[in-house]
Amino acid sequence: MLALELSFWQLTAIKTVIVLSLIPAGAVILGYVFLLKMMAHMQSRMGPMEPGGFHGWFQLVGDGIKFIQKEDIIPAEADRRVFALAPVVVLISTFLLYIVVPAGPDLVVQNLDVGIFYALAVSSLGVIGVLMAGWASANKFSLLGSLRAAGQLIAYELPLVLAVVGVVIQAETMSLQGIVGAQADGEILGIGWIGNPFILTQFVGFVIFIAAAQAELTQTPFDMPVAESELVAGYMTEYSGFRFLFFFMAEFGTAAALSAIAATLYLGGWYQPFVTGDLANIVGPLVLGAKVMLVAFLIFWMRFTFPRFREDQLQTFAWKYLIPLSLINILVTGVLKVVL
Amino acid sequence: MAVTEHQRLSYIASQAADARLNVELQTEEMTINLGPQHPATHGTLRLVARLDGEQVVSADVICGYMHRGYEKLTEVRTFPQVTTLINRIDWLSSFANEVPFILAAEDLMEIEAPPRAQYIRTILFELSRIANVSLFIGEMGVQLGALTPVFFAFRDREYVLNLIEAATGGRFHPNYDRIGGVKDDLPKGWIAETRATMDRLRGYCDELEDLLMGNEIFEARTRGVGVIPAAVGLNYGLSGANIRASGIDWDLRRDEWSPLAWKDLDWKVWTHPDGDSFARYWVRLQETREATRMVDQMLDGLPAGPIQAKVPRIIKVPAGESWVHTENPLGEMGYYVVSQGGLGPFRCKIRPASFNNISIVPWLLKGVYVPDIITILASLYFILGDIDK
Amino acid sequence: MPELPGLAKGLGVTFRTMLETWRHGAVTVEYPKQKEAPTPRARGVIALKEENCTACMLCARECPDWCIYIEGHKEKRPPRREGGKPRTVNILDRFDIDYALCMYCGICVEVCPFDALFWSPEYEYSEAKIADLLHDKDKLGEWMATVPEPPPLEAGAVKKK
Repeated sequence: MLALELSFWQLTAIKTVIVLSLIPAGAVILGYVFLLKMMAHMQSRMGPMEPGGFHGWFQLVGDGIKFIQKEDIIPAEADRRVFALAPVVVLISTFLLYIVVPAGPDLVVQNLDVGIFYALAVSSLGVIGVLMAGWASANKFSLLGSLRAAGQLIAYELPLVLAVVGVVIQAETMSLQGIVGAQADGEILGIGWIGNPFILTQFVGFVIFIAAAQAELTQTPFDMPVAESELVAGYMTEYSGFRFLFFFMAEFGTAAALSAIAATLYLGGWYQPFVTGDLANIVGPLVLGAKVMLVAFLIFWMRFTFPRFREDQLQTFAWKYLIPLSLINILVTGVLKVVL
Repeated sequence: MAVTEHQRLSYIASQAADARLNVELQTEEMTINLGPQHPATHGTLRLVARLDGEQVVSADVICGYMHRGYEKLTEVRTFPQVTTLINRIDWLSSFANEVPFILAAEDLMEIEAPPRAQYIRTILFELSRIANVSLFIGEMGVQLGALTPVFFAFRDREYVLNLIEAATGGRFHPNYDRIGGVKDDLPKGWIAETRATMDRLRGYCDELEDLLMGNEIFEARTRGVGVIPAAVGLNYGLSGANIRASGIDWDLRRDEWSPLAWKDLDWKVWTHPDGDSFARYWVRLQETREATRMVDQMLDGLPAGPIQAKVPRIIKVPAGESWVHTENPLGEMGYYVVSQGGLGPFRCKIRPASFNNISIVPWLLKGVYVPDIITILASLYFILGDIDK
Repeated sequence: MPELPGLAKGLGVTFRTMLETWRHGAVTVEYPKQKEAPTPRARGVIALKEENCTACMLCARECPDWCIYIEGHKEKRPPRREGGKPRTVNILDRFDIDYALCMYCGICVEVCPFDALFWSPEYEYSEAKIADLLHDKDKLGEWMATVPEPPPLEAGAVKKK
């Protein structure tokens, strides 16, 4: 790597800056490719074509600039400090997620031994931000939206965690770098060079993880909290300008982060067969990026096709279907791990 | 009937007790106002709902935000001018609004339009039905959260609007029906293009069946939601697909005589026994397909001949009263035209379909969850211009 | 083959549409770079053929919105033949249509006994101020150039004599 001697704090500062710039970058790329362009093509439209000239690539950046220069409106009845803090809390939970995702053998902000456990724990901080937003808005519709969101996000934490347990059992480690390593070193039926992406054995877990991630992101079919045709924008109704921008960045940043985690757990992360050593540090991020786009494609594809569940149907789906299924998955994985 | 003092006092007392109970219970219930500006109501409809948690305790429909005074307007306009104005009552299927009025005037004048004109009228009537209901099929998806079907609806509906524009000159407001026939004949190539468009729309219906109607989430959201028993629906005066979805086999195109061409066609009335939102969606999808088949039959059997009967230059309709109702896309629409021999109607009572269709909403919304309010309103399918005239 | 669940079929529809859009392009017409020609009968704007107009006021009377303003006066012209009476002709002074009020119904075009009004599919005449939508007879006469020939009719139609 670079032959520079940096102190711990300098290194931390650089890493913070990199991650802080990754969040809007990831949000903009995911938002433009999937929300604007892919959605348009699936609906027989063209998406943005004018801003920036070539297929409107500047649209979201221009939107960001527009949001920043808007007037900061806080409702008179709202609790000012909580109102202002809520988007920041959600953004912090996104930021903390990026810390453990590895992009190469040495490219990880902090390679925690309990990597995936930490990631799942931190992703639930966003619920607090949503509740704060709904309550502080002093708006009945926002309150309804945030209460729905709280119930939903907490319910879908469990399938998310349980689906991951299957991967952890198979990889024998909770560290994300270790999981990538386990997939890289594994073999399928004796063929070693392609590695063993866990999606082959943990297919059920993958489906559960994607569904639960979809719910965590409040995307259709689980977007009751933000049901546009009913509650205008749910808990985000009273937010405008850069505060709304924070929510938007947090949503798409989390989408990118959860896609990256899914890619790491099931598709092999930054690992590319036949690429090792220092070359992997350059190719790794690109490979991870491609896999993130693939997983995000699945998530957004489902978003544009399906109508939304009603709140009680949503909860039924989580508690009566996803959780038992993931428990069975853990059981089968555990048994096969011991037997094989 | 004289009211005794005792009755009067006890009535006041009961109102006071009710009010006190409402005030006491106010802390447990939340009143939300799905106001005149809301994405879920198809226009300026206001719904005031008292909620207990997520369940509706009572709901009130307040319409009239779009009242344009049509019945008064018809008193001070001549017959051709009224034909232009009434296009705008149910704006998605505008040609269908002109037809009952013109038929009522023809009934009073005892004029019959030639067969080619009747066929062209019926073809355009069915095209309006397709334009209107195909939008519903896509737009119900949006109300439930599926963003994609509505774009397909607008894309494929555009072809129907182009057809209407090629024949009449206006996409949304054709103003094409005249007393005694229609205004112009069809331009060359219209029949071939219409056949191609009908094929395209059948493909659209199949696509929507795969995308939305067969979707398990859609079924979970609409099956069993907003069930209208047949007797209750009839009492409230529902009409159109709403009542056919509750099992009542009633369609004015088949069950009432009309000079239009429906009696010459071989077609089917679609009903569904369940009466829930899914049934209403299903019936409308089948009706759209049926309408495309009817248009194909009419294009095959289009008689040659003139399109306008002999009418005087200045039309004065003789005195009399006439009631004509037709099976419009939204339901049963009727005009009661009273003429006193003048240039325009003396009085014209318009019976729009949607006003009666939403009269059931307070009854229907009791005990329903908030998301289901949206599903029910979407499945009843009303147009505000039709409610408020 | 077992029936695919509805969820999968729905995903198939959106995926196919996406491929369709990539292959054939969207149905979108990128106005103003591309423009679609409206049909010949499209009711875009009303054009006036001034030489036919006799200021008979029928169109102004029949308009549901009363958006046509006509002023005319009578003039004497020399007789056509020797020894005849001088003829009176109607001269059109002012013929304005207020397109802010016009409903595009076409009653004026239909009732004109002298074929002085025509429909034109021209639609790009928007103005920045509402008052500028009151167009006078010069502008209405300019639009005569955009009036198309009536389209040929379908088989089975009876041609008007």
